[in-house]
Amino acid sequence: MSAITYSNPRHERLTRLARRAAWRLAGGVLVLWAVATLTFFALHLMPGDPVLAILGGASGNPTAETIAEATREFGLDKPLAVQYALYLGRLLQGDLGMSYSQHLPVTRVLAEQSWATLQLTFSALALAWLLVLALTVLTAGRGRWVSSLASLAETLAAALPHFWLGILLLAVFAFGLRWFPPAGSDGWRTLVLPAVALAIPLAGFIAQVTRESLELTLEQPFVLTARTRGLSDTAVRFKHALRHAVLPGISLSGWAIGALISGAVVIEVIFSRKGLGRQLYQAVQAQDLPLTIGISLAVAAVYVLANIVIDLLYLWIDPRQQGKTA
Amino acid sequence: MSELTFDTVLPAVRVQRTASRVRPGPLLAVTFLAFLIIAALVPQLFAHSDPLAIVPHDAFHPPGWAHWFGTDQSGRDIFSRVIYGTRQSLFIGLAATALAMGIAIVLGLLGGLGGAYLDRGVGWLLEILFAFPSLVLALLFVAIFGSGVGPLIVATGLGGAPGYARMVRGQVLAVRNAGYIEAAVALGHPTRRIILRQLLPNAMRPLIVTLTMGVGQAIVWASALSFLGLGAPPPAPEWGTMLSMGRDFVANAWWLTFFPGLFIVLTTLSTTVAGRYLQQRLEGRLS
Repeated sequence: MSAITYSNPRHERLTRLARRAAWRLAGGVLVLWAVATLTFFALHLMPGDPVLAILGGASGNPTAETIAEATREFGLDKPLAVQYALYLGRLLQGDLGMSYSQHLPVTRVLAEQSWATLQLTFSALALAWLLVLALTVLTAGRGRWVSSLASLAETLAAALPHFWLGILLLAVFAFGLRWFPPAGSDGWRTLVLPAVALAIPLAGFIAQVTRESLELTLEQPFVLTARTRGLSDTAVRFKHALRHAVLPGISLSGWAIGALISGAVVIEVIFSRKGLGRQLYQAVQAQDLPLTIGISLAVAAVYVLANIVIDLLYLWIDPRQQGKTA
Repeated sequence: MSELTFDTVLPAVRVQRTASRVRPGPLLAVTFLAFLIIAALVPQLFAHSDPLAIVPHDAFHPPGWAHWFGTDQSGRDIFSRVIYGTRQSLFIGLAATALAMGIAIVLGLLGGLGGAYLDRGVGWLLEILFAFPSLVLALLFVAIFGSGVGPLIVATGLGGAPGYARMVRGQVLAVRNAGYIEAAVALGHPTRRIILRQLLPNAMRPLIVTLTMGVGQAIVWASALSFLGLGAPPPAPEWGTMLSMGRDFVANAWWLTFFPGLFIVLTTLSTTVAGRYLQQRLEGRLS
């Protein structure tokens, strides 16, 4: 008698996914520790005296006593190794220190600013995918003229830098037509132009790979099978071909989030929006060490996490990948 | 069979060749890139006025016959500034890409050839660099070393290096086990020679296209940093700096930002189209 154990393939698949998620998370934490270390030491090589930066720059003319006091207060008189150990210890407790320029805890600045940036990047990502799906599903494999026109539009969109697109949108829709406010971060009307400026170049990139894979997919035998079963063209495209065609686009989404965060810095500056990007830019300009480190770390954490999620999403959509990489 | 001579075949072959060559997209792209290179070398050829000359009573002229691209707040001719800016913008793009590729080759070779431990170390370093979106990495670099054209090039190059390094490493791993490497080892060639003469050229071949497109991307990233005021200080004729200077006047003088940006877009577009054409040609030849 041999003991036959029945395995539930669905259950097995989920455990494998969970194990992979745990491994990736552990790796991610290590990477973040390395990132924290690197940023800490790199920023301590920075020219310019941080004490002066705290006290409002060299033009503030601080006295020797206030300098000494600030140096003690922010722990800048201790050896670098001690500062690093203290920094890591506080980091583990979720304490990122005080911002020199704003005199607020960095975590509070992060909490206040991240929502605006998340709103911006997610609406841009959603808008980009909406554009991609509409454009590719409607035009892929529709004859030479339609295809090459759509392909030209995608190439052009991908070549547009967000800062220029942002300025153009600002000039036309905010100052020219006055449809949307030129600056600010309250209400959905302020979100439209920045999200569009971020979404269009991104949509161009994603659409290029999605179109190519959709055109390949539409030539597959299973698409022919679906058609012979009497499915309409739209149903074939949405129900059967799309799932295969979005895979390369999704694997590109990890990169896309990075591009969105980079773009958010510039776009938030152009539209004077509240957000982490503009905050980071100001922190760099003000030589605000803790705030620069804090935002970079937060951004890196989100980015690493997002890449893990996308990796798992990819496995979930395409179970064929599991055997290869798990 | 007797009719199949060179004279009968050649015209058909010629037609095919020319037909595959004259395609409007790549032709336009290459023409524009050639124009940029000439403008970078001899800007006087196209622009006749000084890009820095201040003419106060000519301020904020809209585009017209006297000033094709209009003038800025100090009456400087935008067309001359864009043309003269080609040199610096192109140089920044090329230098940043070269730097990124240099770092990538060193890391890729170390990772691909240096054994398991070194490979893991390189993998780690790449993971850390990959944890930052490119512009955040570049901003961190600028925060440490200050702004200006030099740091701008290094920051842009550093932002692009991890992506290239991953590609080089993959290529080195793919090529190192090829038969011709084995043959070269068996012939007793010194390792350095094998790396320089066999491994690198073959590993780099597929990357030529990526590099062509990379120059365009580098120009965009560098312009983004310049636009944030971290590159060449105004009033230098550099495309990103010009965008940054024109930002305050978007509401009433669109041409200050439109034309420098247009040149950035046309440059990226041209490198992309030319790169893709090159890719098709190379793939066609290899298969």
